[in-house]
Amino acid sequence: MAIALPGQRAARRGGLRRLARRKSTVAFLLALPLILLIASLVVYPALFSLHLATLNKSMEHFVGLGNFEFLFKRELFWMVVKQSCIFAITAVIFKAFTGFVLAHFVHNIPTKKQRKWRGMLLIPWVIPPAMSTLAWFWLFDPSYSAFNWILRAVHIGDVNWLGEPNWARASVILVNVWYGAPFFLIMYLAALKSVPEQLYEAAAIDGANWWQKIWYVTLPMMRNIISITVLFSLIVTFANFDIVRILTAGGPIDQTHIFATWAFKLGIEGNDIPLGASVSLFMFPILGVAAWFILRDISQRGNEA
Amino acid sequence: MPKQSSGRRKFLQTAGAASVGLAFPYIRTSYAAGSLSVAFWDHWVPGANSALTEVCQQWAKRERVDIKIDYINTQGNKLQLAGTTEAQAKAGHDVLAFVAWDPLEKASSLEPLDDVVASLEKQYGKIVPAMEYLGKKNGHWIALPSPTGTQVKPPCARLSVWKQAAGIDFQAMYPAGQKPTAEADNWTWDALLKAAPKVQQAGHPIGLGLGQTTDSIDWVGALFHSFGADLVDAKGNILVKSNPAVTQVLEYMQQLVKHMPPDVFAWDDASNNKYLISGQGSMIMNPPSAWSVAKRDNPKVAEDCWTFSMPKGPKGRFIPYLPIILGLWKFSKNKSAAKSLLHELWQRDNVEKYDIASNGYDIPSFQSMRDFKIWSEVSPPKGTVYHYPPRDDQTTWVSGAPAPANVANQMYVQSIMTKMIAKCTQGGETIPKTLDWAASEIEGYART
Repeated sequence: MAIALPGQRAARRGGLRRLARRKSTVAFLLALPLILLIASLVVYPALFSLHLATLNKSMEHFVGLGNFEFLFKRELFWMVVKQSCIFAITAVIFKAFTGFVLAHFVHNIPTKKQRKWRGMLLIPWVIPPAMSTLAWFWLFDPSYSAFNWILRAVHIGDVNWLGEPNWARASVILVNVWYGAPFFLIMYLAALKSVPEQLYEAAAIDGANWWQKIWYVTLPMMRNIISITVLFSLIVTFANFDIVRILTAGGPIDQTHIFATWAFKLGIEGNDIPLGASVSLFMFPILGVAAWFILRDISQRGNEA
Repeated sequence: MPKQSSGRRKFLQTAGAASVGLAFPYIRTSYAAGSLSVAFWDHWVPGANSALTEVCQQWAKRERVDIKIDYINTQGNKLQLAGTTEAQAKAGHDVLAFVAWDPLEKASSLEPLDDVVASLEKQYGKIVPAMEYLGKKNGHWIALPSPTGTQVKPPCARLSVWKQAAGIDFQAMYPAGQKPTAEADNWTWDALLKAAPKVQQAGHPIGLGLGQTTDSIDWVGALFHSFGADLVDAKGNILVKSNPAVTQVLEYMQQLVKHMPPDVFAWDDASNNKYLISGQGSMIMNPPSAWSVAKRDNPKVAEDCWTFSMPKGPKGRFIPYLPIILGLWKFSKNKSAAKSLLHELWQRDNVEKYDIASNGYDIPSFQSMRDFKIWSEVSPPKGTVYHYPPRDDQTTWVSGAPAPANVANQMYVQSIMTKMIAKCTQGGETIPKTLDWAASEIEGYART
């Protein structure tokens, strides 16, 4: 048995003290609870779903990439891929545009009144989406739609909001834009406030009109924040579940299913957890590629600056 | 030694008679102490849960079991999620309520209940075949029907509208407290198609959902089978393109949808109820929940409602059946007590208590229990739901049957039949193209 001599013990204590004094060690220890939380709630489930995706339906045998091979042969799978892309890209474009316009609107309001408008415009974002989507469902209700009541009042016929495929797609996108636009508004508003006023003054001296100011001053100054918000929103929108689930549950004839709702349908309702896991994992490479391009662009611009 | 309760002794005697020489491992010679955790379906009828709770607590007191009861509803698939997570974690309740297809999918995690069923069948006769289809695997009962929550979905129509607009008197055809008259033999799917434009012209079209939720899937499953339009046979052979009845039923629906609201394709399980309660619709296919809510919200409509048998098709009269099912996990640490409770829950007196509490909503899966007074007594009008429990020439039917469970489950979950109708009506596809699509989809459902 080795016995530590007094000198060695003192050296070890000193080493520990030095280690504890190092900033990186302290930082690591402070971040450790969060790291453990993320590991247990994000990393473990992610790895577990990877494992699940390699099993057969009864989860008894390893099938490798068999589930993906099966999915790639299904017409419905490719329809869901297409619909998820349409849903996410269209919704993000409209959210970004709406947020950009609203941010300018709020930015140009006298400072005193801004707080009131900011608060009101953030309401859609702070209401739990499941609850607000239920309200939208009642507005779109197949039989007793409030919108149709208004349309009838102005002698326009009923619209089958959730029963006709194109209207149903438009409806779920509309609700997603309504819910998500305030996020863009607040981010863009913060970005607008950080654009130096002198740049606009210089542009005005050069004779720039409002459009030229936006194109040559505002947009270049906001490029990074636009990229980050678009990336973040793209990830969240691709993974959306509640809005589609509540409004259409993927119908009519599967025409509004997106990855998450279809994964739920297959995995939970259909008792095929491995296939459901495979569908949800399919989002990962798509978002990974998008994230790589956007972050590379931001990083390049950072280097140029 | 503690004295054995009379209930347990009675069960032991009955069970002993049911299977000569077979020992019941779950009947202990001493009382079944310990704890038991049970989760039932959360009944939507106010007060219905309390009757079940009372029966459980009386049993627990008698058997000296510490029972814990949870009620889980099906909103947001909560019950299914509970089943999936408990099966994965191998922990949770001892007895759990399942929705229709889940016990078969989780059969390897469930304790066989052959002994409980044998004893109950000795007392009350055979369990209905539709339940056998959902509760039995490889010749063994892996789950029991729940005495609460199990429902059928027959037509519920507005008497005055049908009498005036279509000249059909359902009350005379299906009198309260009596067998259907000879006239009921003419109540067919063709008769429905002939009457549908008449009630539509009267401003009260029929409203049969064609969405993706259970109410829509269930009645469409019964319709398909009554035409003989099975998409897959019991051996798993796909019949979509080879069975001419499938084309016939789609042609039938191409005609019928013209006389229904255009939004039926987006209906959920609440839509048909609202449609009838509002006074707009003249017929839906549903348990008596719509009538029950109408009693509160629109009494004039409720007074005009009558529930009766499904229309007959070329292959017979089939009524959609959607059971809630009780399963006992293999990981349960108190299986003997759980089996004893399951047996107790199905005692006739207890089942009648639940039915009184639910205003007759729950359909017993034993034919011999479909004569409770409650169905003749509820009103208005008196006897309005007398014909709600399937009797006479009606056969309970599970949408997707007789396909093998793994395929039928997917057909049900993916609502293949309502989608087929939607495709060749609202979707504008031809019937042959719809059949091609359906055949290809079903091929994918057979994966194991």
